Amino acid sequence: MSEPLIQIEQGRPAGDWTAVKPEFRKGTFCYSAAAKNLQYLGLPNPREWQPFDEDWKLPADWKEIILDGFKERLGRYRSLRLFMDICVRCGACADKCHFYIGSGDPKNMPVLRAELMRSIYRRYFTATGKLFGSLAGGRELTEDVLKEWFYYFYQCTECRRCSVFCPYGIDTAEITMIGRELLNLVGVNINWVTEPAANCYRTGNHLGIQPHGFKDSLEFAADELEEITGIRVDVPIAKKGAEILFVTPSADYFGTPHYYTLLGYLSLFHEIGLDYTFSAYASEGGNFGLFSSNELMKRLNSKIYDEAKRLGVKWILGGECGHMWRVLHQYMDTMNGPADFLEVPVSPVTGTRFEHAKSTKMVHIAEFTADLIHNGKLKLDPSRNDKWKVTYHDSCNPARAMGLLEEPRYILKNVCNSFHEMPADTIREQTFCCGSGSGLGTDENLEMRLRGGYPRANAVRYVKEKHGVNLLTCICAIDKATLPTLLDYWVPGVEVAGVHELLGNALVMRGEKERVTNLRGEPLTAEPANSDGPEVVHA
Amino acid sequence: MKAVYALILVIALVAAGIAGGASAALRGPLGVLVPYTACAILLAGICMRVWRWAATPVPFRIPTTCGQQKSLTWIRHSSLESPATGMEAASRLGLEVLLFRSLFRNTRYELAEGRAVFGDSKLLWLGAMAFHWSMLMILLRHLRLFVEPVPAFVLLLQRADGFFQIGTPELYLSDVAFTVGLLYLLWRRFANPMVRYISQVTDYLALFLLLGVGLTGVLMRHVDKVDVAGIKQFALGLVTFSPVIPQSIGALFFAHLLLVSALAAYFPFSKLMHVAGVFLSPTRNLANNNRMVRHINPWNYPVKKHTYAEWEAEYRDKLIAADIPMETPDVRAAHTN
Repeated sequence: MSEPLIQIEQGRPAGDWTAVKPEFRKGTFCYSAAAKNLQYLGLPNPREWQPFDEDWKLPADWKEIILDGFKERLGRYRSLRLFMDICVRCGACADKCHFYIGSGDPKNMPVLRAELMRSIYRRYFTATGKLFGSLAGGRELTEDVLKEWFYYFYQCTECRRCSVFCPYGIDTAEITMIGRELLNLVGVNINWVTEPAANCYRTGNHLGIQPHGFKDSLEFAADELEEITGIRVDVPIAKKGAEILFVTPSADYFGTPHYYTLLGYLSLFHEIGLDYTFSAYASEGGNFGLFSSNELMKRLNSKIYDEAKRLGVKWILGGECGHMWRVLHQYMDTMNGPADFLEVPVSPVTGTRFEHAKSTKMVHIAEFTADLIHNGKLKLDPSRNDKWKVTYHDSCNPARAMGLLEEPRYILKNVCNSFHEMPADTIREQTFCCGSGSGLGTDENLEMRLRGGYPRANAVRYVKEKHGVNLLTCICAIDKATLPTLLDYWVPGVEVAGVHELLGNALVMRGEKERVTNLRGEPLTAEPANSDGPEVVHA
Repeated sequence: MKAVYALILVIALVAAGIAGGASAALRGPLGVLVPYTACAILLAGICMRVWRWAATPVPFRIPTTCGQQKSLTWIRHSSLESPATGMEAASRLGLEVLLFRSLFRNTRYELAEGRAVFGDSKLLWLGAMAFHWSMLMILLRHLRLFVEPVPAFVLLLQRADGFFQIGTPELYLSDVAFTVGLLYLLWRRFANPMVRYISQVTDYLALFLLLGVGLTGVLMRHVDKVDVAGIKQFALGLVTFSPVIPQSIGALFFAHLLLVSALAAYFPFSKLMHVAGVFLSPTRNLANNNRMVRHINPWNYPVKKHTYAEWEAEYRDKLIAADIPMETPDVRAAHTN
């Protein structure tokens, strides 16, 4: 294994940041959105262009559009107006950002990322800025500023870590989200966000899987589970009158290692005899609208309640996903509620009323499963996970936009025998992002992703060396998709899994055959130490 | 350079104050017109600014959760870091405003032998606490000049503040903490390359103004001692809208007064408004009860959707082939069977 090539350095900038232009070096930015995706969603200015082009083919009145859009949003979001006004530039947020730590680029300090926008706010929307210009911290809106916005608002994963440390709670996610909304007004967007959003709008999921393909992959999962457990599980789709609608990110049925988590869900639902259904129309929990604009978020999210209503379910259960849960927890009810056609969620197995979800009527699978375990409803054999020494990565959104911290840990401690926390500064509300969230998990910006993921990997390396940790668990689909690459690079030998994959391994099912493999089809016990096996290659 | 601009401005203000205080013609405007105008700008400005924030909707409930949510009854929820009710959110905000909770969390990252190492970093918190709390103390102590008779709590504060009885008149601890706190914050802006990089003229201006106010105040107490009785007469005159400027008031006081006036007039237009803003911050003042209580967005508008009916029509053949239940069943299949 060769040493990592990326050198992490701490920046020591000098001079005036407004004089520095971003350099669109390959590996650090994402490619533009294809015109067809913008057209499908009805978004403005579809065209062929790339960020490294000199001419971005902006509409002639782009400046007016941006400033009008800015003004409109200042009137709509107290968060924006306040966060533009009250920052004192104390710098407490500076070294909290994984992109700053990994890149050393001062404009990745959350305070400066926000100043990119604040400087425009001052110049055009405050009296002092209009009068005194740069002396009052204002600057002209030029195409270079717009390019800078694009560069740095797509080097922020909206993880909210900085917001934890800010004495006024200034949330860069909010600023990045609105910054991206403004860029969208003039057709400046990235394909890795816009294509999944267009796919989701059309087919029901990010990957663009059509209904028959959706059914095939779930059936295939049932086949595979039968091979491992000897039990045939039923996978209902669009079953009217089912008690529960289950919504999970599409990666769960099409990506690896997400897939093993899906096998975990299927075993669990079968074992407790859950009356539930998948939906092909709402076959996506994730929401790349969140990374584009609040309007697009709402358009995509509406499918979940609409489908729950159509199918006549009582409540909704959601799978493991990070940003999906930010949308479900903090936005869905406000945007597309009230869900008065649903009932307050009650676990059909334990009778627990999920009072904390009484309005939104949607429960997180970790809450649901933790309740089952706590009430002794599951027979678990944690020794089936003995090949793993496990740590847990708090995914940003469940941690900092929801507060879901204990439930997954409770499950993990019940389904495996060897669990080790990473250092306190890197978990729970202080967790470090994978570096690929908010739609940045693509290949063309791999260098920046590896840089952004460095602080997380650094903490994983610590527990690997100290406790021999070889499995990083998480509850986020983007984590599962991108952390394997990250860990292969920085901490080879640590794999990634969902919490419900380990649950599925440990779950003793009635009538099952003797388990010889885990859900990955690998032997239950660790292989001899001298044969590490071939390097795993991740797509 | 940015610091120099700010420093020049503050020195100019001090010079103007001293010169004005020494000129019989300017003592009137400087002592009466300027403070009244500054006060009016301060009050009106703060009201306008806060009104503007308060009048802007909060479309989404977006608290930053820093602790365990309230979910299952047997999991202990963190009421201060992830408040579930309005009262708990108010407590969280109280902790933020009074004790700078988030700043207390501060860590410092360093690269050591190619690894990121995280350590505690409480200095910024300490400096900020020292500065803010001592400023409150100083403001309250100043009440002795504006109120007659002096309230008992002010006398008590004054005694506590001068508890160590160093020098005559005794040195106030708050004066020391105020100056040291500010000097630390200023030093940090210069010494920390990242903080220096983000600093603006206005950041230095706020610090120099505050330092100027503090230093002129300390000078009047300990060096160029002023006639406190005269100043009280002046202050009482101002607050009772019958201003008098006793001859005993020296030029240094006018520098102090002009700096305070400048600070007051600048306040509503500056980042110093964080004092009021923090109370309105949606990531701190809202309960994390999103799934319990629906939050209303006043400008929520209908959006274009891809409805189920459209979707079913688009994928009809595939749904039939995959035998997925549909709203409008496959009549053709029923006929051919």
